Amino acid sequence: MPDQMIVLENVSKAFGANRVLRNASLTVLRGEAVVVLGASGSGKSVTLKTINGLIQPDSGHVEVLGHRVDDADERKLIPLRRQVSYLFQGGALFDSMSVFDNLAFPLREHLDLTEDQLEERVESLLEMVQLEGIGDKTPSELSGGMRKRVALARALALEPEIILYDEPTTGLDPVTGDAIAELILDLDRRLGVTSVIVTHDIPLTRKVADRVVFLADGAFIFSGDVEEATHDAPAMVRRFFSAGGHDA
Amino acid sequence: MPPIMRMRIIDAALDHLGDVGAATRLAAATARRMVTPPFEVREVFRQMDRIGVGSLNLTNITALFTGLVLAVQTAYTLAAFGARLYIGEVVALSLVRELGPVLTALMVGGRVGAGITAEIGTMTVTEQVDALRSMAADPIRKLVAPRAWATVVMLPLLTILADAMGIFGGMLIAVLQEGLTAGFYFQHAFRLLDFQDVAMGLTKPVLFAYLIAIIACHNGLRARGGADGVGRATTRTVYASAIGVLVSDFLITKLFVGL
Repeated sequence: MPDQMIVLENVSKAFGANRVLRNASLTVLRGEAVVVLGASGSGKSVTLKTINGLIQPDSGHVEVLGHRVDDADERKLIPLRRQVSYLFQGGALFDSMSVFDNLAFPLREHLDLTEDQLEERVESLLEMVQLEGIGDKTPSELSGGMRKRVALARALALEPEIILYDEPTTGLDPVTGDAIAELILDLDRRLGVTSVIVTHDIPLTRKVADRVVFLADGAFIFSGDVEEATHDAPAMVRRFFSAGGHDA
Repeated sequence: MPPIMRMRIIDAALDHLGDVGAATRLAAATARRMVTPPFEVREVFRQMDRIGVGSLNLTNITALFTGLVLAVQTAYTLAAFGARLYIGEVVALSLVRELGPVLTALMVGGRVGAGITAEIGTMTVTEQVDALRSMAADPIRKLVAPRAWATVVMLPLLTILADAMGIFGGMLIAVLQEGLTAGFYFQHAFRLLDFQDVAMGLTKPVLFAYLIAIIACHNGLRARGGADGVGRATTRTVYASAIGVLVSDFLITKLFVGL
């Protein structure tokens, strides 16, 4: 197994005239929790989607768990996507399904489990995010924080090696946000998951980041730990920390 | 014409061609998944209920009143030639060959097509479609193929019922207004219907159904930009499916009549 879990080399992506990524390069090592910071619209979510092949870059090289992603078609990405989970900003739970069916979806899709095994697995996933007994509810009956936790449980269903988090605490109150941060930290420690976390949330960053990278003008302009980001980084990065993480 | 306007027209045309190309690729990919396992049987039945049973009232009421109006107009027109006895033939032939399939498809295209686009479009803009892909599930197999199967199965059934309702409506006018007997009306109604009429009447809804399902799913999957984008995608579906049904109706009719 490679120690370099994710490698982006000179990745560029434009949407029409808007060049979002310009020769962006990033390497994430096994077990690392890397927080991607940057102003709104700087290409953080595009970076995440490029990592698991939801967006194809215009140029550059993307390798995840030793597999090329940038030129792979959807079918070739299937084995990889079982090992790389994605927590979407709004949760992206399926509206038409109950919480149970949402969590059972990846299990039914990829594992050959009996209904009893499925129930047991879903209950343990709900327990992991402290939401036991809500399997019958629909996503519309849940609060924003609960939806995020259910989405996190779904992301964990296939016991991935890598989890990509897109703004995991956005829109949540500080207490719920802190609970999500604790969950991420706990997963990193207990399961040794490699994490890439896109966020504006500086308290979350301080809590979970092994390393901080900063995206500006489509490229990563800084990489270092929180201490370096706060004191030795370029002014733009330090301002971001001192302003609490929100671009004005 | 100013160069900037010419550029805009060319851009719009290229954009439209690209759209048609993408929809054609989706049609081919969906056809492959409709006939290769695994099949989403539960989802197909769920969609059949929504698409078929849910449209029954709309298509039947449309057909009933079309039959009534057709019979009134036919009786009025044929009266000039002293040929009011032929109401049954005109109503049945018009409905089975043309009005039943087309009006049912237009109604279903509006109601069901818009519904499919709104549902898939919302899933697209809320990243649920990306979530499917990120879990290594195929959105075409999960979302498009079941809806295409359900539409292709249910539209012909709805059309048969609509034909029956329209012919029944014609009978009401023939009996209550023109003083014919029901037996006489039905005997005349079915007298001229032959295999080609029925074949045309059932081929059209199958093709219309596939067209509607693909247009609706394609627009849903390409929806961008929140509620506004979903709204625009839904409007595009209603417009494109209506035009698609009318144009393909002409082509199929020419093909059958030429045989």
